[in-house]
Order: sequence, then structure tokens, then C-alpha cells
Amino acid sequence: MSKPIITFENVSKRFGKMTAVDDVSLTIHEGEFFSLLGPSGCGKTTLLRMLAGFETPTEGRILIDGQDISNTPPNRRPVNMVFQSYAVFPHISVADNVAYGLVVDKVAKAERDRRVEEALELVQLGGLGHRKPDQLSGGQRQRVALARALVKRPRVLLLDEPLSALDAKLREQMRTELCTLQEKVGITFIMVTHDQDEALALATRCAVMSRGVLQQVATPNDLYEFPASRFVADFIGSVNLFEGVLAVDEPSHAVIRSPDLPVDIFLDHGVTGARGGAVWAAIRPEKIELHKKDGDAAPNLGDAPKGTNAVAGVIKHEAYLGGSSTYEVEIASGRRVKVQRSNLTRWDQEDFKLGETVWLCWHACSPAVLLS
Amino acid sequence: MSKRSAPGPLEYLRRWQMQAWLAAVAIFLYAPLVALMAFSFNDSRRNIVWKGFTLKYYDKLFNDSALLEAFGNSLTIAAVSTVLSLFLGAAAALVLWRFRFPGKTALDGALALPIVVPEICMGVAMLVFFARVMPWPQGLPWPLNLGAIIIAHVSFSFPFVAVVVRARMASFNREMEEAARDLGAGEFRTIKDVILPHMAPSLVAGALLAFTLSLDDFVITFFTAGPDTVTFPVKVYSMVRFSVTPEVNAASTVLIVLTVLLTAAALKLQGDPAATAGHGAGDAK
Amino acid sequence: MEQSWKQAKAVFAAALGPPLVWLALFFLAPLAIVWAYSFGHNDGLTEIAISGTFGNYARAIEPLYLKIFLKSAWVAALTTGLCLAVGFPVALAITFASDKAKTWLLLLIMLPFWTNLLIRTYALIAVLRTEGYVNQGFEWLWNLASVFAPLGDFQPLQLLHNNFAVILGLVYVHLPFMVLPLYSALDRLDKSLLEASLDLGAGHLRTLFKVVVPLALPGIASGILITFIPALGAYLTPDLLGGPDSQMIANVIERQFKRANDWPFGAAMSFVLMYLTFIAIAIQALLAKKTPEARG
Repeated sequence: MSKPIITFENVSKRFGKMTAVDDVSLTIHEGEFFSLLGPSGCGKTTLLRMLAGFETPTEGRILIDGQDISNTPPNRRPVNMVFQSYAVFPHISVADNVAYGLVVDKVAKAERDRRVEEALELVQLGGLGHRKPDQLSGGQRQRVALARALVKRPRVLLLDEPLSALDAKLREQMRTELCTLQEKVGITFIMVTHDQDEALALATRCAVMSRGVLQQVATPNDLYEFPASRFVADFIGSVNLFEGVLAVDEPSHAVIRSPDLPVDIFLDHGVTGARGGAVWAAIRPEKIELHKKDGDAAPNLGDAPKGTNAVAGVIKHEAYLGGSSTYEVEIASGRRVKVQRSNLTRWDQEDFKLGETVWLCWHACSPAVLLS
Repeated sequence: MSKRSAPGPLEYLRRWQMQAWLAAVAIFLYAPLVALMAFSFNDSRRNIVWKGFTLKYYDKLFNDSALLEAFGNSLTIAAVSTVLSLFLGAAAALVLWRFRFPGKTALDGALALPIVVPEICMGVAMLVFFARVMPWPQGLPWPLNLGAIIIAHVSFSFPFVAVVVRARMASFNREMEEAARDLGAGEFRTIKDVILPHMAPSLVAGALLAFTLSLDDFVITFFTAGPDTVTFPVKVYSMVRFSVTPEVNAASTVLIVLTVLLTAAALKLQGDPAATAGHGAGDAK
Repeated sequence: MEQSWKQAKAVFAAALGPPLVWLALFFLAPLAIVWAYSFGHNDGLTEIAISGTFGNYARAIEPLYLKIFLKSAWVAALTTGLCLAVGFPVALAITFASDKAKTWLLLLIMLPFWTNLLIRTYALIAVLRTEGYVNQGFEWLWNLASVFAPLGDFQPLQLLHNNFAVILGLVYVHLPFMVLPLYSALDRLDKSLLEASLDLGAGHLRTLFKVVVPLALPGIASGILITFIPALGAYLTPDLLGGPDSQMIANVIERQFKRANDWPFGAAMSFVLMYLTFIAIAIQALLAKKTPEARG
């Protein structure tokens, strides 16, 4: 693993009585595209602003390259930020905006001009240096903000909700570009976002925050498939949560009994760390299969004992989304289960109709077991 | 709270230099006024040394019929001119906000004139007007004798009301009015049911502004007032010209307290100004 | 959008009539008469003949009066500069204060603003006069010191009835006029622009002069205008605090109307003052047009 570049050590931030960031410890490595993800007000922006130097931690330390910078003013930190509003200075030209940080650093004119032009080329704004910011589109202003921060060759680039102000098409395009850009310049990017798609698509690693507390730090894949808590499972994507108890817990398999389900949930692995309290089985909608009900015999996927991992229900709601369809299926306990099904052919989506009784079943490896 | 983090880079208010500056400005603004009020209770005519608490200057004040009459005149003028200014200002704001008509720019500019023209120029204009064109009859019974001053006060305060009201109307959602019309309300009824309620806060603000402007005015009144229509500021002016006396201190204290009460009422009625002026504190809630 | 007046003639007429008539009759007409008088001369004791002469204006720019105009402009400019220097940090502090502190600080600035001008001027007299608080305080210290060393009799400082007192009084009275527009301009600034500047390595002073001041320029200009105009036409402050050599335009105008009884000349002086005011406004309007809006 590459070397750590940023370390948060037990960092807390309080505004009066309100705790915005609560005892966060986190290490970010060189070259990562790191994303801070969470609902609005979870403290992710405060964390980023502490890194930039706009807030000072109430407790704890922040290290960059092993140096404590907790009380270093923002203008002396080797990090630069792309602001949510872009904060492009409206009274000076694009080139002057990009040159601003270099002028401050007393970079010689010739080199400055060269680097400004380079940075503008990098964000595909070559030749637009003479324009005033009000002659640019929103997307172009964001590129100016990017160039302005990157031209200083910071150790870390901070991005505050970089795509939130763009329209859907542009957002998609900018996502790809940010990825390419990061590969090209090779510096660490840290991005704050409330949009899980954005975080999953861009980041090499994500931290999920809630109410100031770090919930989980993992790769996008792990966040989705191996969530650490109900909060993470629910926040990232859509999920069916079944509360229950561990009826069987062997190294090779386990069984969860939930009052919401008429059958047991069979797992093909043991559960580590369970202490006998409530557990939750989290099953993603796309991991539940929908089968036609002909006869009373429950379908069996072959990896679980008969009488587990399959339950009958009635389709109460369906939404056709093009590439896939989602269904809400009501089972005997009255619980509605979300199911997502890819529309693999042009006609099979017509097979399942409102009010139809169907079988739901899933593989023994599909449910994630959550202890909190 | 035991631990406090160091001030953030933009928390200028938490730097000691800034606090010292603000404290100095506050002393500069308030020390003379506080001293003035304090010495109205001092039992000594000439000395700044505290000689004991007394209310005798207030006693004198409330037995000084000339001063009381001036005070009554000022309040009457302020009240009447406020009502008139409110009506004229709201009407002007409504027209300028609502309609497109030839000469609109000219009217807009003309309405701004009373706000920008130096007081002294307006004062002499009123002096000339009431001396030569429309002499206000002498010896009219109170409060009709105050007519000239009231007219002058309305002339300079109603454009202020118009500005305040118009600023408020900028935030009016036109669809509310269209909804009222759609549901069958006529022109005047729409004004009464939809526009006036939206205007209401600015009418309160405008009224307080007009009242204070009128109460505060010295220069224009000075040129319009006759010998038998002395207002409080004009009376205080003639007292001040002679000497600094505890009686003037007492009279000033009364007016300051009145001003503070009016301001407090204004803030109570409007809600606090900073909370509505300030923007959200960002993401970190 | 706005509606054509023809679509609602009744409402239009009802709302336009009263303010228009009032403005024309009780404001524009009086001003017009003064304007007409400025081209006239005294004819006998009470009559004024409007003869179309420019003599009054010619007299207004004679050295004696020109000096007073220049001095008034200088005093007003100095007052404005001092208000800006004192008020800018205050406005900055208010802008970045917490919501609660903001309310109290605005109140702190606004309360004197609402207090009667005459009373505020009077309060300064009480502070500055020879038997005022400052002098009596000094005297007390002096006498205290005299116990240890013979200093002789205390000579009170002449703080009142001079130019110093006028400037101090004008700053005292006009400070809120400066702070409030500055605050509203700074408050509208996108805070992330300041943060971006700091983030890019600029210090606070550079940020102030390269980002805040250029973007708040329209607000600064209107603060300057709002302070300069009333300071230029100030009557009460030089009248009560000034000495014989600290007269300003307004005092000269007042004398023409109330004592010298030379109305045509006073009228001409009034209009010169008004033209100066309009020139100041025009300059500010031009500046405001040139500056871009402070949006992020």
C-alpha cells in the first residue's frame, strides 16, 4: 500500500453545543480518489473544511505528510480546494483567476504564464484565458476552479460537492473527466458528496458519515456488498432489512429467524462477532429472484436446505424503469419486499403483473448479516 | 464549555484586535450619550463629580410648559405625518412596482429627490413656499397651526416609505395575485386581499421610519416653524445655544428612551434583522 | 411582469394621483420657486424680481464663497474617509459574526442612527466644552499630579468651536451611514470567494485588497456617497460645534435666508449645493455600472 498522506487523529468539531464531527480517525493514502459520503449535515463538509483550514478542530490533530497542520492557516497548507459554488473571482479574467495562486507564491511571470496555459489546456479551456467568468457556462466555471487549484500543484485536491450544480448530462461527462484528470495529474483527490452514485463511480475508497461519526471506510464495492451497519446498507442503494435472531451459527453456515419471514434465512457462512442480540439480514432487491408460482412447491436454488430462502407473495406495485423493473411484493406477514429484475428481453417484463402471486428466492450467499 | 478551538480564518470577531476596535467604536458612539443621560440624574449643575442622585431636573422638565408644548407638538406632527406618509408612500410604491406607464423613470427619479436633496435646500424651499406661495394662516387653533410643518415632514418622509415598501414588494410572488384574479377577485379586492397582506411588514417598518424621521428633524422644521409652533428639537436647539444644562440633559434622556423603545418595538414587530439578512451557516448543521 | 397602466386605469389613477400631486405641489413647486429666485434680485425690502440674472451664481463662485465650498467639500471628504477607515473593520466584523452577535452589533450601530441628531450633537458639546467631561477629567488628573509637583494652574483644552470639533462631530453623526451600506455589500459577498483566496495561498490583507474590496466596490461607493452628501450639506454640526472659521455651505445659506435676507443669493447657493450633490451621485452611478456583480 502506498504511503499515508493525510491522517485525522481523533478529530472532533463542535459549534456551540452542536457536534459536527465526532472523534473521527482516518488515514488517506497517496494517489487515492477518496470520497466523503453522507446525508446533508453529517459533518462531511466540516471535515473537508478542517482539512482546508477554514475550521479548526475542537479536539484532535490533522496531519499532512506527518506534519501537524491543525492550526496552520489555509494559505499555508499544501492543499487546494474546488468550492461548491466554484468561487471563481468574478472581477478578474479566467487566466488571472488561474494565475492568482501563482502570483501569491511569487512565481516568475514567464513560468506563471506557461503553467496557467498548461492548466487551462488540462481542463480543456485552452484559449479562453482572456474571458471574464460571466462569459462562461457553469461547467466551464467549474473547470476554471479546477485549473486554479491544480495549477498550484497541491499535495491534495479537495472537491466540495463538485458535480451538484451541473445538470444531469454534464454531470455524467464531468464524472469521467474527473477520473481521467486524477489519473493524469496523479495527486490525491478528496471529494465530498451526498450523491452515492457519484461516490461509487469516482472513488477508489469511500468514507460514509452520519451525525458526525464515521460509519464505514471501504472501497465502493465493499460498501455495497459488505455494509458494516444498517445505516450504510440503507444509505447506499436500496435494501430489504429483516430483523431476527441467529438460530444457528456454525463456522460453515448460519440461520437467521425473522418474525417478518415465514421461513428461515440460510447463510452459507458463519457470523463473526455476534453476541446473541438482534441481527439483521440485508438483501439487495436485485439479489432476489422472482419466480412464477405454478403449484405449491417452493423453488430451490440448490445452495440452501428446502424450506429456506424462498417465500411466496403478491405483487402490489411495479415500476418499469427501462433497463430494469422494480416490484414491491407483499408476503404473508404483511411486509413488502423490494425486488429488482433486469429486463433481459423485450417482452419478459410482461410476465409479472400486479396482483399476481409469485415466489421470491435468493442465494445463500446473498444476504449480508448486520450486527448494528 | 471547557475547550474552545482557535478562531477560524474568517472568524474576525474572535480576534482580539477586532474586539478592541469594536469596543473603541462602541465607546466613541455611546460614551457621550451615556454620560449625557447619567448627568441628568446628578445633583450638581456644573460639576462632573457625582453629587448624588436626583430627579429634580425631570421635575423641572415636567413643569416647563413651553418644553412640554414643544414635545406635544413634535409627537403630534410625527403621528399625523406618519399616517399621511404611509398612505402616499404605499400608493407610490404600488404604482412603481405594478405598472408600466410613460414617465415612469421621471417619477422614479423625482421620488428619489427628497431623499438625496440636502436638508438645507429643502428647508429653504419650504421657507420660501410657505412665506410667498401658500402662507399658512397665523393664529389657527392647535393642531391646525402645525399644518405647514406637517406638510414639510410628509414631503421628505413619504419617499422613504415608498422605498421600503417597494423593496418588500420585490419579493411578492405574482402568481398569488393571478390566483386571486383567477378565483374571481377584482382589481381593488386583489390589492386588499393579497397585496396589502404581503406589504404589511414594510408598512410597519415604513411607519416607524417616518415617525423617527419626523421626530428627528431639526433643519427643515427650523425653516418652516413659526414662533408659536416650536417643536422639541427646535426648543432644545435654542436651549443648547445658550448653555449646557441638566434640564437639557433630562429632556434629551426622555427622547433617547423614547427612541430606544421605538427601535425595540420595530425589531419585535419585524423579527430580528440579522436572522433574516444572514444566510444559512452552511452544511455543518 | 409589470402591467400596462391601461389595463387597470382605476387602480392606476387612484394610486398615482395622491403621491404625484403631493410631490409636485409640496416638493417640486417649492424647489422650482427657489430655482427661479436664484436668477433674481432683491427689489425693495420684500419683493424679489426674477430678472434672469446670473449674478447670484457669479457671486457664489467669488473667492470668499468658493473657499467655503471647497472647505465644505474637503471637510465632507475627510469625514467620509475617516468614517470609511473606522467603519470598514466594523462592517467586516459584523459580516462574519454569528447570527446572534450580528443582531446585537447591528443594533449597536443602528441605535445612535435612530437617536436625534441634535441630541447627539449636544452630547458631544457636553463632552468637549471647556467645562466638559474631557477637560474636567484632565483637570482632576492635573490637580492630582500637582500634589507631587507644582504644575501651576490648569489650562482647559480648547476642544470645542473649532474645525477639529466639526470633523469629530460629523464622523460621530455619520458613522452609521457608512457602516450599514458597507455591511450589506459585504454580507452579499459569497464567502467562498474569500476562502478560495486564502486557499490559494493569499494572506488576509491580500484577500482584502484583491478580492473583498474590488467586489464590494459598489457598496463602498454607495457608503461613501451616503456619508458624503449629508456631510457636505451639514448645518447643525458646524453651527453648534464649529467656530467662526468652520462655517460650511449650509450655514452660509441659512444666513442668507434668516439674517442677511438675500434670498436670491441664498437660492443660488442652495442650487450650487444641489448640483454638487447630483454630480456626486452621477459619479457613483458611473462607478457602479463599471463593477461586475459579486456573484460566485
